[in-house]
Formats: sequence, C-alpha cells, structure tokens
Amino acid sequence: MGAALRVAGEALFFSSLFKGNKWTWIGGYAFHAAFLVVILRHLRYFLNPIPEPIALIQPLGIYAGLVLPATAAYLFIRRLIVDRTRYISSIVEDYVLLLLIISIALSGLLLKFVTRPDLINIKAYMLSLMLFRPTTIPLDPIFLIHLSLVLILLIYFPYSKLMHAGGIFFSPTRNQADNPREKRLIAPWAEIKEKQ
Amino acid sequence: MADIQIPEIKERIEIPNIKTGATADYKCYPASEAHMTKLGFPSKLVDNWKEKLIEKMAELLKKYRSLQVYLDICVKCGSCTDKCHYYLGTADPNNMPVARQELMRKIYRKYFTPTGKLLGKLVNAEELTEDTLKEWYTYFHQCSQCRRCSVFCPYGIDTAEISMAARELMDAIGMGQKYSNEIIAKVEETGNNLGIPGPALRSTLDFLEEDVKDTTGVDVKFPMDVVGAEVLLIAPSADFFSTPHVESLVGYAKVFHQAGISWTVSSYASEFANFGIFIGNYSHMQKIASRIREQALALKVKRIVVGECGHAWRVGYSFWNTLIGPFDFLDPKYPAPQHICELSYDLINRGALKLDKSANDEFTVTFHDSCNVARASRMGKKPGGQFEIPRALIKATCNKFVDMAEHTIKERTFCCGGGGGLLTDELMELRVKGAMPRVQALKEVIDSHNVNFLALICAICKAQFSKVLPYYKMPMEMVGGVHQLISKAIVLGAKE
Ligand code: SF4
Ligand code: SF4
Repeated sequence: MGAALRVAGEALFFSSLFKGNKWTWIGGYAFHAAFLVVILRHLRYFLNPIPEPIALIQPLGIYAGLVLPATAAYLFIRRLIVDRTRYISSIVEDYVLLLLIISIALSGLLLKFVTRPDLINIKAYMLSLMLFRPTTIPLDPIFLIHLSLVLILLIYFPYSKLMHAGGIFFSPTRNQADNPREKRLIAPWAEIKEKQ
Repeated sequence: MADIQIPEIKERIEIPNIKTGATADYKCYPASEAHMTKLGFPSKLVDNWKEKLIEKMAELLKKYRSLQVYLDICVKCGSCTDKCHYYLGTADPNNMPVARQELMRKIYRKYFTPTGKLLGKLVNAEELTEDTLKEWYTYFHQCSQCRRCSVFCPYGIDTAEISMAARELMDAIGMGQKYSNEIIAKVEETGNNLGIPGPALRSTLDFLEEDVKDTTGVDVKFPMDVVGAEVLLIAPSADFFSTPHVESLVGYAKVFHQAGISWTVSSYASEFANFGIFIGNYSHMQKIASRIREQALALKVKRIVVGECGHAWRVGYSFWNTLIGPFDFLDPKYPAPQHICELSYDLINRGALKLDKSANDEFTVTFHDSCNVARASRMGKKPGGQFEIPRALIKATCNKFVDMAEHTIKERTFCCGGGGGLLTDELMELRVKGAMPRVQALKEVIDSHNVNFLALICAICKAQFSKVLPYYKMPMEMVGGVHQLISKAIVLGAKE
C-alpha cells in the first residue's frame, strides 16, 4: 500500500523531482501536463464519434499547445546554461529530441492558427490510416511536415530515453514494500544457489 | 594535514561550478594478489578483461533487474547533479551521481542497446577501453553508496547500486580495492574485521567489566560465548577496540544489565560489519553473515540484537532474512534482527530503565542520521522510525538537543564522507572534502546553539568524524554514540 502510494506520487506529481529541483520541476511538470492534454486533444482526429470528454477539453488543448513549446524551450535553454546539465546532456537524446518536440508543436500551432487546412479531409485520412486502408494523403505542406515529424518521434520512441515513461513503475527503490524482516525475499538465482 | 586543501565553510552549502578532473588522481590502493585469490577473484587484471567484463555485465543485468532498469531510465533531468557530498566538496563532474552512472551507462549503451551500437557517441555510447577502466576504478571508489542522490531522482535511480555492480565487475576481472577486500578476507578467516582472536576479545571485555565496576560500583557483566543466553549481541568490532565506539558498548551492557536480559557476544561471530555489500558481492555477504546464524543456533539464543553500525544495519535489516534466514528458531515476539536502539526504546517506553538527564548536562547534542539507516532501512514498526527512535533516545538522556538544518537530516542526510568502503587513509583528501556539507550544517548549530556532542549510530561515521573534524578545527571529542549518552544517563541499581 505504501509502495503503491509512493509510485503514484512519482507518476502523478513527480514528487522526488519536486524535492530535488523546483525549477526543473515546474518546467518538467508543465511540459508533461501540456503534452498529455495535447495528445488527448488530438484524439478527436482518430475517433468517430468524438467522445464527450475529448470534445470538452478542446479549448484547454489550445492553451496546452502554447505551453508545450514554451516549456520545451525553457527546458532546452536550462539544460544548456546550467553547467552541470550541459555536462550530462547528449546531442541526440536530449537536444535533438527536444528540438523535435518543439518543431512538432510549432508546426501544429501553424496548422491551428495560420494555414488552417481542410480538417474534414485530414480526419478522413487519419481514420483511413487506422484501418490500414489509406486514402490519398492531404497535400497541405505544413500538415505533411507535422505528420512526418510525429512519425519520426514515434519510430524513435521505443529506442530512446522517452521509454522512461513507464520506467518509474519498475524502479525498485520506489515500488518495493518495506518488509524485509517480516517477509523472506529470495531471488530465483539465489534460491538455486542455496539448494546447491 | 598540510597538503590537503580544506574546503572553506561558508554561510550555506554552495553548488560549485564543475572542475573537470579535480579528483582524477585520488586513488585507493589495489588489493594484493593474495587477498584477491583468497576471495576467489583473479589475482590480477586478466588478459581478456574486455570480454570478461562484458560477459559478467550481461550476467549482472540478468540477475539484478534494478541494474538494468537504472541503466535504462535516466532522463538526464539533472535533479541529482548537486546532491552528492563528493560533488559538492570536490566539484569534479564525475562525482555528480548521473555522471558517475554514465561511466557505466556509456559502456552499457555500446554493448547492450541498439541505439548505442548504431549511433555511438551521438547517444553517449562508448567502447570499453583501458581509460574507461581507470575512470571506473577512480570514480566508483569515490561513491560512498549513501543513496542520497536516489532520494531526489524522479526515477529513484540508486547510484549506490550501480557502484556496487561496478566494483563487482572490477573484482571479476582482477581489479579489486585493497581496503574492502583485505577486510573481507580477514572477517571470513577470523570472524571480525580487525582479526582479533577470542582470547584478546575476552581480555578486553574483562577490562571493561573492571572499568565499569570502578566507575559505578556495579557488577555489569560483558559475557562471551555463553550458551543459553537470551540475546546474542552482534556489534561492529570497532565497538570492542576503538574510541569512542567502546563507550556505546558499555551503554549496551548497562541496558542489558538494568533490564535483566541475559546476553552474550560470540568470539566466533564478533563482527556486525559486512563489507561484502560494498563490493556488491552476494556470496561474500552471505559468507560473512553465515557465522552469525551458526552462532545464534550454537549458543541457543532466543533473540539477535545488533549494535550501532549503519551499513551493517542495512545488511541486517534488509538482507539477513534473505541471506541467512529464516529466523524461525528465534522468539517471534521480537523482530529479527533487533536494533539496540529499538530494544532500548521499548525498555524506556515500558519504564524499565531509569535515566538521569542531568548526567549529560555538559552536552548540547545534535544527531547525524547515518545514510544506511536513514535511507536503506527502518527501525520500529512505523515508517520513519529510524529517524524518530534515535532522537527519542537522545531526548530521554539529555536536556539539550537540537537538530541540524532540515535539508541535511533524515532522508536528506549528508554522508559523513567515509562510508561505502572509502574509510581508508589514502583517500583522506576525498574524505575531508566529502564531509564538507555535513560539517557546514554542524557548524551552523555549533554557532547558534553551542552544540558540543555529535551523536551517531554508525561505527564508520564515528571513525570518520573523529578523524576528519579536526581538519575543520572541531574537536574529535565531540563525536560519540547514542548509547554513550545512555551509558552516562542510565541509573544502575535496584529497581524501585
Ligand atoms: S550514492 Fe551517495 S556517494 Fe554515491 S553518487 Fe549518490 S550521493 Fe554520491
Ligand atoms: S535525477 Fe535520476 S533521472 Fe535525473 S539525471 Fe539524476 S539519475 Fe538521471
């Protein structure tokens, strides 16, 4: 029970990061929250009919769309100017990835506020994609950029540090109960060793 | 003392700018061939060390899911970068916990991940070279495995675990550290880290009996190898032979005496410390601990109580049940093992001990939470008992107690600077600098409250502070144990 709460605190509130560094926490928390809302908002392009909660968050999604690139830029700059984080950052994993997310967000904002392509057409295309029977792709250049960048992100996702998304649930310092005197824990390999 | 640059103690703990290579030449002595052989490791660096190391790494990744997870999930958020006392004290960037992990992670990426194999340096993946090995030896022996970094990591990544694995890997290719390996060889042979034989132990105990008799007039016994005693006391061997440690041993004896609990130490298992954990080696941890189970059975005791020692409490609390359990032959009414602080706390709560606080009136006391007690184990039944119980004991024994700054105690406590197998003279400069954050917090309460007693529950902390505080112009006499305070305050004699 204690362990479940501990993991929930980390996943929902980034509690250890809060203890560790308030500036990174503010940026990081806003970034992740905005990312989540933006993704939820986009579900309307994939679902027909649009579920009510998704319809409801649409206006919020726009704000999130603004917060996302702003916080990503903040994290990027912070990473660069603090000598300790600059020292530990890698080009692809940290800087390129953040730039990718910033570009996705900015191209998305362009679609929303500047070029305003034919959304009916785009939704029809996305739905056809989901059925693995793609119709002709809408030829809006910004949309094409937006979509390709997202695809790059999705392809890189499983190989990248973005996999951290689920990592917290596997972290032994957080997910284990504090009961070693009451309960004898023995790893399978140690058990084999013991029987020898 | 002269050639060590002593950090200046400022108003608050400042985060230094990185100074690359600042501690690159702090090196601990390599283990002798004889000791390596005794522990079953290759006596010197094997020819095919590269393959061996990668092979062993694959094995550890399979065995310890923690290692694999920790190597995978770091997001380089930087939260840990200013949390290590060695970084704060030395500014060497490799002493930032995440950078320390990276020393292993860059090899892990290169040999075990697709992106690392493919993108190499772009994702910080690197070939294993002799230089890497040198860096490993240097910086994995500049981690006291205190786990402070893990408290602040959003993923709970435990650098201690990584440095233990690194030491295990280095041992496996013949690159051991003298200090830890020599001690492990000694305890496995003689039953204690100091290599003291039974008769010498007995004469020390005799001396203590006389001494207590002289000062108090009471016959407090220090029994050894007594079959049928209720309690087997397992204390760190420093408690028998070092100052101020021995004062706490006297405290334990007085507590047992006054509570009417029969007890004994064992000359065969006269060591609580277990340096097997420092080198990340399960077999040696088990081998060292197994003497204790054997003796508990042979002496037919009903309880095992342990003395003041931090890392050993981690081993006892978290791992004994696994390593040498189950303890189904002991009295189930008591936790196995039970910490001496838990025992004294229960007795005091039941009114079984009488304490005269004024006996410690010369002291204003502060308490240093030892890492392995604070962050790797617990005391009592409730979470946080490891913080509350020692403080409750101190408050029961003296009138003036004050805590150091909140961000330097309890789960956020700073290491003394000498834990994790680094309590060796050749690392003195690292130990002095690593103690800086703790000394800073201590100085604050000395200046504000005239603190003159630093209460501890760890043999390593006691040794480290006694040695290091004088560098900062603080008297070593201010270092002592929690049971040293109990020893002074306890009222011996007939119960009312
Ligand atoms: S475990 Fe302690 S010594 Fe090791 S890196 Fe973390 S904070 Fe530093
Ligand atoms: S706090 Fe954890 S996730 Fe963040 S850089 Fe340090 S080890 Fe990595």
